[in-house]
Amino acid sequence: MARYRSAREMDWALLTIALVITAVGILQIYSATLGTAWASAWWRQCVYVAVGLVLMWLAASVDYHTLLNQAPIYYWALVASLVVVLALGKEVSGGKRWIPLLGGFHFQPSEFVKVVLILQIARYLSDVKGDHLEARDLLKLGALTALPAALVMKQPDLGTALSYLPILAMGIFLAGLRWQHVVALVLIAALALPVGWHLLKDYQKMRLIAFLDPSRDPLGSGYQVIQSQIAVGAGGMWGKGVTQGSQTQLRFLPVPHTDFIFSAFAEEHGFVGVLVMLGLYFLLLMQIVQNAQVAADRAGMYIAMGVAGLLLFHLLVNIGMVVGRMPVTGIPLPLMSYGGSSILSWYIMLGLVNNVRLRRFGV
Amino acid sequence: MDKEFSESAERIEARQRALRDDPKIASGRIALFQYLALAVFLFLISGFWELQVRNPEIYSERAERNSIKALPILAPRGKILDRDGRVIVDNHSSFSLILSREHLKPENVPIIAAGLNLDQQELERRIQRFRNRPRYEPIIIKEELTPGEIAFVEAHRDANGLPELELVHAYRRLYPRNCVAAHVIGYVGEVSEAELNSPEFIRYEPGDVIGKAGIERQYDAHLRGVDGQRQVLVDNLGRERRVLGLKPAIPGKNLQLTIDLDLQVVAELAMEGRKGAVVALDPRNGEVLAMVSRPAFDPNKFATRIRPEDWKELISNPDNPLLNRAIQAQLAPGSTFKPIVALAGLETGVIDDNFRVRCPGGATFYGRYFKCWVKGGHGVVDLHKGIVQSCDVFFYNVGNRLGIDEIARYAEMVGFGRKTGIDLPHEAEGVVPSSQWKMRMFRQKWYAGETISVAIGQGALTVTPLQLAYAIGGLAMGGVWYRPHLVKDPERREPPRVAKLNPENVVKIIHGMYGVVNEPGGTGARARIPGISVCGKTGSSQLASNEVLKSTKLGQVLKDNAWFVGFAPCESPEIVVAALWEGGEHGYMAAPIVRDVIKAYFDKKARLQRALVAQSTPRFGPSLGTATRVQP
Repeated sequence: MARYRSAREMDWALLTIALVITAVGILQIYSATLGTAWASAWWRQCVYVAVGLVLMWLAASVDYHTLLNQAPIYYWALVASLVVVLALGKEVSGGKRWIPLLGGFHFQPSEFVKVVLILQIARYLSDVKGDHLEARDLLKLGALTALPAALVMKQPDLGTALSYLPILAMGIFLAGLRWQHVVALVLIAALALPVGWHLLKDYQKMRLIAFLDPSRDPLGSGYQVIQSQIAVGAGGMWGKGVTQGSQTQLRFLPVPHTDFIFSAFAEEHGFVGVLVMLGLYFLLLMQIVQNAQVAADRAGMYIAMGVAGLLLFHLLVNIGMVVGRMPVTGIPLPLMSYGGSSILSWYIMLGLVNNVRLRRFGV
Repeated sequence: MDKEFSESAERIEARQRALRDDPKIASGRIALFQYLALAVFLFLISGFWELQVRNPEIYSERAERNSIKALPILAPRGKILDRDGRVIVDNHSSFSLILSREHLKPENVPIIAAGLNLDQQELERRIQRFRNRPRYEPIIIKEELTPGEIAFVEAHRDANGLPELELVHAYRRLYPRNCVAAHVIGYVGEVSEAELNSPEFIRYEPGDVIGKAGIERQYDAHLRGVDGQRQVLVDNLGRERRVLGLKPAIPGKNLQLTIDLDLQVVAELAMEGRKGAVVALDPRNGEVLAMVSRPAFDPNKFATRIRPEDWKELISNPDNPLLNRAIQAQLAPGSTFKPIVALAGLETGVIDDNFRVRCPGGATFYGRYFKCWVKGGHGVVDLHKGIVQSCDVFFYNVGNRLGIDEIARYAEMVGFGRKTGIDLPHEAEGVVPSSQWKMRMFRQKWYAGETISVAIGQGALTVTPLQLAYAIGGLAMGGVWYRPHLVKDPERREPPRVAKLNPENVVKIIHGMYGVVNEPGGTGARARIPGISVCGKTGSSQLASNEVLKSTKLGQVLKDNAWFVGFAPCESPEIVVAALWEGGEHGYMAAPIVRDVIKAYFDKKARLQRALVAQSTPRFGPSLGTATRVQP
């Protein structure tokens, strides 16, 4: 059992980078919502971050082995809440994703599924002591992921459901596979594609078509992609300055404080600002990976790498969408996008990474 | 055994490895993940490089076009005033609807058409018409919005609304009611595609409203203003956020006409329910005091886009209301031509004071019998009696002595056979037949017999009412013709055309015309006004030679056209009026029309003079109007 060391052992570099990114995010939320109905979003985000820091502290203090033991409880609790969401969740723009809480806040369980899934997969994989996974393991892990993913897809929230896959993929990748299984997985994926297409909602299909050819319907589904590209391009090298981006300020850019916050940032801060932010995200990612490398045991390594994989996936899909290189999926940008559930779950995950770091000498 | 042993050894090894729980087993894969992360970041950076560094201009421009909307500020046209400064044509404020094609969603077209009571196909055609114009240029799709339609546009400004619609303030032409001066003023309309392709309209663009007829067309450049533009920053719902630039519209300049509304209204009333035209000129300067053509059209129907059914009705009307008969009806002048034949006779010397003809009610020339309009004949007729009683036989003889070419020379001298040059579009020339003309037109010799009917204003001879007023006015002035014009402009005072005439001859003819109105037996007694020396000449013409009417008669009983041309006062003419009543049968039927106008002129003059006298301080005398003009 790992021994708790001291607060000084926390990964302060990781925390600093995360807070800087969050601060830039709050500034961008302020700028993007100026004079709109969302004008109070920036200070709400501040509250979320404060709560997030407390949760991070909690997630770091309790030994992660204890957390792994409790993981199934959280897992089933969240699965139950996903069922509740489907049954009586609040419907916002065609999707049921939130459970209303006291004080006008809403709880989005699908975000927290990510955290628990990381724990559940780490827990399962740390028990597998072989060099590679057996077919039985793959099935169990797949089922573990597919259950919440299916429920989230029902909401329907394809983006979030898809974001569970990289956690699974990361775990399987690290645990090792037989080459026969790799071939089998590729085959299943190829066969599942046309079936999956039929399961998609119409607007999801439109988004995918629009991604492939945005000019086909410039005022419909392609609108968001085109407006985002215009915003990014108009930012140029140095950007238009805070609160000066016409695409952001005149609302041509859709949801510039949540999913498209990075377009708004790119318009107002330009290529230079983008390089700085991507640099920060890269440092954050590498810091997490570094914590995985120094983990005391496999369980810690799996937790930290799960967080790293999830972060990379989010960056690729969200920022890729901003520059028109990924379809519009509605995945928030970690630490920057406005949204309590997202901010809380990411700070909890950073707490888990710290948890692993604090107990790196603990075997 | 061996196999079992080795198996268990393997298991032991695995258990030992598991006990170690080495987290480093995946270090190679973690390194691989780091490279993957690097690749992802480079992929993302290249995306930004492409957009922000390689070609940011394209996107800056598109961002601008997104948010900057150029809205036209429509310039009001100048007002049209009468000679006293009274407003004839005004503007009134209204809202027009413009459509931004850049933001147009095709599925919204039916919604827009339904909400604004537009024909959907018409709207689509209209959008199609502008396909060659840049898409950011908005087009006007409806004028004169009703409050309900404005509410429709305002109600659709939300997210799911119609951001492609925008209201602009516009000015609509407000023409006088009851078709007053409709033909003089003309109307405005949107420039047509055919017009755009002609050199006259090279400077115009689709959607421009231009003068289509009359003064509106002739003085379009003067009346039209220059549209301004307002550049505004708009958000994604098309709501204005900030005005970026403002180029104010330059309003068109007002235009003062020579028309006197008082006389115009009198002339309009006199022609009420009749077909024909009235022209009143000031022979001392060529100013047109009144010009009426009936039947008329309502120019207000053109002020916005004219409805197709209204247009169809106008152009299919056999009476052709769009024709300005005052300058476009080319008809035989009948006996109103006789003073000119008399002038020619006197000037060339083929007749003199002692020349007399006996009229038995007709005469034979070149083997053909020509009737006089009075069956019993006029007895012995001299020049004076010939004019006063309009004896045809007298003028047959004068014409016969003159020959066609001398008649033509004098007809052309007084202004027949060519445009007077009035400032209105599409003036007709009329026809003055001559031997040369016949050779040119028909490759035939002129027969002396044809001269006889021309001598009484029939045959191939045709004139317009304006030409007749112009000719007689100039003759009454002793051979001084001022070009007729509708716009008061002292700058453009043009020297008159002067013919060297023997004043004695002119006086004889004027005396005859005085007799027509004032002597017993005169044909124009109905034009008499007590206290004013009105001179005039009646005329009635058969329609046989009239090409314009031939095509439009359509079963209607052909009645002779009634003409009257008169001026006053006798010695120093101030006004000359020509009236044409198509189907009025006898010249004397047109005489009251002329009398009404002349009477209105002198009544007004007397009224103004009384007002002048009543005012003890003459420095407040009216600056405009007939009373202040210097008497010649």
